[in-house]
Amino acid sequence: MNPAPIKHKFITPGVIILIVIALNGLVFLGLRFIYGLGAVTNLDNYTPWGLWIGVDVAAGVALAAGGFTSAALGHVIHREHYKAIVRPALLTAMLGYTFVAFAVFVDIGRFYYIWHPLIMWNGNSALFEVGICVMIYVSVLYIEFLPIVTERFIGKVKFPNLFKFINKPVDRLLRFLDKSLSKTMFIFIIAGVVLSTLHQSSLGTLMVIAGHKMHPLWQTPILPLLFLLSAVAVGFPMIIFESLLASFSFKMKPEIKILSGLGKMAAPLIGVYLAAKIGDLFIRESFKYIVIFDVPSWMFITEIAIMTRAFFMFLSKKTVNSPSRLFIASSLVIAGVLLNRINNFIIAYNPFNNPAMYYPSIGEISVTFGCIALLVIAYRAIVMIFPVISHEQT
Amino acid sequence: MKNLNRRNFLKTAAAAGLAISALDSKTVKGADKTLSEDRIGMLIDTANCVGCRHCEWACRVAHNLPTNDLDTYSNTEVFKEYRRPDSHSLTVINEFENEKNPLLPIHVKTQCMHCERPACVSACIVGAFTKHPDGTVTWDTDKCIGCRYCMVACQFQIPTFDYDKAIDPQIRKCDLCFDRRKSGKVPACVDICPNEAIIYGKRSDLLKIAKDRIKRKPDVYIKHIYGEYEVGGTSVLYIAGKNFTELKMPPLGTNPAPGISESIQHGVFAYFVPPVTLYALLGLIMWITKRGKVDELKENNDIQEDEKGENS
Repeated sequence: MNPAPIKHKFITPGVIILIVIALNGLVFLGLRFIYGLGAVTNLDNYTPWGLWIGVDVAAGVALAAGGFTSAALGHVIHREHYKAIVRPALLTAMLGYTFVAFAVFVDIGRFYYIWHPLIMWNGNSALFEVGICVMIYVSVLYIEFLPIVTERFIGKVKFPNLFKFINKPVDRLLRFLDKSLSKTMFIFIIAGVVLSTLHQSSLGTLMVIAGHKMHPLWQTPILPLLFLLSAVAVGFPMIIFESLLASFSFKMKPEIKILSGLGKMAAPLIGVYLAAKIGDLFIRESFKYIVIFDVPSWMFITEIAIMTRAFFMFLSKKTVNSPSRLFIASSLVIAGVLLNRINNFIIAYNPFNNPAMYYPSIGEISVTFGCIALLVIAYRAIVMIFPVISHEQT
Repeated sequence: MKNLNRRNFLKTAAAAGLAISALDSKTVKGADKTLSEDRIGMLIDTANCVGCRHCEWACRVAHNLPTNDLDTYSNTEVFKEYRRPDSHSLTVINEFENEKNPLLPIHVKTQCMHCERPACVSACIVGAFTKHPDGTVTWDTDKCIGCRYCMVACQFQIPTFDYDKAIDPQIRKCDLCFDRRKSGKVPACVDICPNEAIIYGKRSDLLKIAKDRIKRKPDVYIKHIYGEYEVGGTSVLYIAGKNFTELKMPPLGTNPAPGISESIQHGVFAYFVPPVTLYALLGLIMWITKRGKVDELKENNDIQEDEKGENS
């Protein structure tokens, strides 16, 4: 069973809905670039970061963590058994990080200066570290994806008549890439894992500098550790979630053997994260803020409850062997980490004197959903063109 | 309660690692060295401020921001609502009740505090903020990418952003009239103030003046110079007759805002040792597990070949 392009009808009712959502997002995106951030977002001088940074960037990076956890599992510790999930996870990470980079481009006020961090360095800035790591990591992900392109097109380069003359040079280029990459790929794979651990944690360092403006339930010097642990914990559940979704969408049999193997690893990883988070709560004695029962306290309780429920679900054998239960448990972990990022970047951040709580505008929500819809469409297109998903040939 | 949080927060920070804190002390020293002994600042004596808002007008004129005539600034209607600096006004005055003398409300000017160890300078992704040896914190339009992390980082919520512009939006905040001072003038707000509510001078002198005023009029002032120690000290200092929290100024500890984040940052990246070590470690694991796999494969092949040999 080797990865192969999936043969399926591209346009389905679901895809049409996704296209509509994407177009709606593009309209608001256009407005943002013509009239400025204020016209589309609810951001102001009290709340400089909103939905786009909290969800598109922070949660996006976390949910793309399947890329590096699976690379570590499949390539670094050579669990050959899991090789089948490395490619879909790589594709998710590649598209996910592209989406993150695009979200940053949309959110920063001077988008045309997005290249500045490449030459203007500030080693003290956690954001600089995140920015540089993400830039390099996106490049590494594209390099890691190249062998899939060469595999698909070597000896099959067929441009239409007018461009016929480039067929040979392109084929030669692909062969050259294939040869040189097969020998050096390990450099990029390890680099990908190192870069991921660095920026996943630095994303947590970001909010530390906000000091008293962060709610004490979330403000802790171990934020970088919590961000890294939660990213590692959500990696495998995200792969399970996607794999099951793809199986459902393309009407294939779920790879239950591989998925239950991943499911078994999820429980300890979630457990470590929860232990660190709850331990920190007690060391800082910030648990007293939980019993205030205001908005932050309820958000915190929800976050912990979702993750704990997922932890216990993954512990049971019944979950691990059933696709539907695996799907629910994985969805819970994803929801828990998504909520954690929203809490850290939006709910917890509340400057002194802030007159009103921030909530995202219709424009912000439209752009976020539009980008996610585009991401799903791109994923669908790529798995139908390139050999990404391993499935029984029909 | 806020202070208590902070203490707990710092307690954990201390527990986070001795190596990290050792690095931190190094960066603190480095930052202090660049500051001049004669660095300047402003002392805002809220007891002398009558809320004429002339400083608001002068500030706009000095920074080429759109403004109405000076006459319109005598309108006290604006005091009904609490105001903050925005992209059109780098300084604003707010009015607060004075329990000691209801006829003389307290007026508080708000602008950038020009921290001794500014969070914005530490946070900025491209280093667009500069802490000058004279104490001023300025922003560079040629570098800024508009990410607004400075606004997230600032403990006083001071930098503002042009949300209405798609092209060339600016981060705006008080620059203590950096350009104006080059020609020997004092900041515009200091220049126009009719009541000497804003005193401009060396920070060390200002501290002496502030202490002297508090000592001479203990019935007017509380014993607290806001900015002397807050977040490691600021160039702008305040004295007032009322607790500063009631004047809507954030209650802050004495530790600089960038301290913890920078020590984490430098701990993770100490001369690139941790990332490189991780890289080497992963490479080693990869090599070992791969060799294991190859040996296994070889053994399997050998067995198969042996079996073949036996069979033939």
